Amino acid sequence: MSFEISIGPQHPIHVEPLMLRLSVEGELIVDVDVDVSYIHRGIEKALEARPYIQGLYLVERICGICNAAHSLCYCLNVEQLLGKEAPPRAKYLRIVVEELSRIHSHLLWLGHYFHTLGFETLFMYFWRDRERIMDMLELITGNRVTTSYNTIGGVRRDLTPEAEQRLRRTLDYIEERMRYYEKVIDSEPTILARTQGVGILKPSDAVRLGVVGPHLRASGVKHDVRLDDPYSGHDEIPFNVITWDTCDCYARVKVRIREVYESVNMIRYALDHMPSGDYRLKIPPFFKAPPGESLSRVEAPRGELVHYSISDGGDRPYRYKVRTPTLANLLSVVEMLRSRDGYEVYIADVPAILGGIDPCICCSARVMVTDEARRRRTIMTLEDVIKISRERGAKRR
Amino acid sequence: MGLVEKLVKKCRARSPWILLFDTGACNACDIEIAACLTPRYDVERFGVLARGSPRHADILVVTGPVTRQARDRLIRIYEQMPEPKYVVAAGTCATSGGVYWGCYNTYPSLDSVIPVHAYVSGCPVKPEAILKAISILVEKIEKGEV
Ligand code: SF4
Repeated sequence: MSFEISIGPQHPIHVEPLMLRLSVEGELIVDVDVDVSYIHRGIEKALEARPYIQGLYLVERICGICNAAHSLCYCLNVEQLLGKEAPPRAKYLRIVVEELSRIHSHLLWLGHYFHTLGFETLFMYFWRDRERIMDMLELITGNRVTTSYNTIGGVRRDLTPEAEQRLRRTLDYIEERMRYYEKVIDSEPTILARTQGVGILKPSDAVRLGVVGPHLRASGVKHDVRLDDPYSGHDEIPFNVITWDTCDCYARVKVRIREVYESVNMIRYALDHMPSGDYRLKIPPFFKAPPGESLSRVEAPRGELVHYSISDGGDRPYRYKVRTPTLANLLSVVEMLRSRDGYEVYIADVPAILGGIDPCICCSARVMVTDEARRRRTIMTLEDVIKISRERGAKRR
Repeated sequence: MGLVEKLVKKCRARSPWILLFDTGACNACDIEIAACLTPRYDVERFGVLARGSPRHADILVVTGPVTRQARDRLIRIYEQMPEPKYVVAAGTCATSGGVYWGCYNTYPSLDSVIPVHAYVSGCPVKPEAILKAISILVEKIEKGEV
């Protein structure tokens, strides 16, 4: 007989409202249902009602953590519609901020991940170091989290020499700390026990489910938009695509730690080879885009981010569509959480596995759940749910 | 007011336990509130602890515009909290709808759904601002003004 357990939408591990409905048999999980609809706000529709420049600030607030990636993707998209390209200096500055926010996102994830595993000390360490990156973002862009740095045709402000000096010092510090953390993680038996062999996602399954980003690279597949489709001068900057072939939660930790080193090196290279010249094109704040459609891709901290827009020649998009990485990755959670022959998943592993994909629900609420029956069920009390699942279990027997 | 009541009031003001609920935020406010718990800001020195269950919490910190789907949950969580309870609206979204003003799936502000005792503006809110809001709220609780 199987039992149904609902986790969320308000729960201590994850601040974002995500609802998981697990069917369990004893300690084993046999089926999962994911509901991300708690945070659907209707951004795509709202974009159709705002001029392009206002849309920029709305797009940034799809997700606060990867706001640099979202705004970059939006700017690339609109620039493509206009047939313009940002100047070389702007491209490098965009890379600097993009990679800084990748480091911030990865540190945030690593801290949060060890918090879900119950390793509070590492959580505090990671978040303390992350503050250094936040200071840098504030120094360069003017705000800690939502940076509003990218704008249509370039970036909003230039990098001062003092900021560059401080940025270099911070990068040295972060690199040194990451080496230390890597050593801690590799020598700590509890971490290894909770991550190795947990949440296996085979490369073939990962590709079949359309998984993206560090999660895909942790399954040993070499895929990175920065390499495959260089969008902001990434072809001029050398970097390695990190992959790991153990395909478990341990691989996901390792890939993200190694990616921080890569990001540090990319920022250093960009600072060393920073082109001179303008940092933005002169584009009037309100403009009309020629009719057409455009698609842009960016490697956000969580994976490939796709923006697609249609213009009918007006001053606002006719249709705007966003495909975020977590939406692609959520499907794999269902795959990883389901016990199959020889592969067993326990309730205690749920946080480790769910956390492993670095879920960002505010991004994913693109899909509206219109399933009436299901929506009604979420308003029920826990007792009701248990009763239903008991009945169902009895039927199955 | 009896001695015990006075004592309880004093103690309550010294240990406000908070519960964070995201009703549709873009995550930036959430991570800034989470940053309050970390070494640099360390909200625990004021006796503030983040709790996982509404039944343990004194202060509900809500971020984000209230979406239609999250509204019922929010009300339920609010009702589950024991009296006396206080609500902090963190971020421009929660106070006034913010950038999502006019979206078809959001309510204009948090106080159209549940009563609010403190508003923190900022998009996202700065950790310093949250610390300040909580310390002012605690002071008011101690004096019995809210
Ligand atoms: S106030 Fe700003 S940062 Fe906070 S949730 Fe709303 S949009 Fe995001």
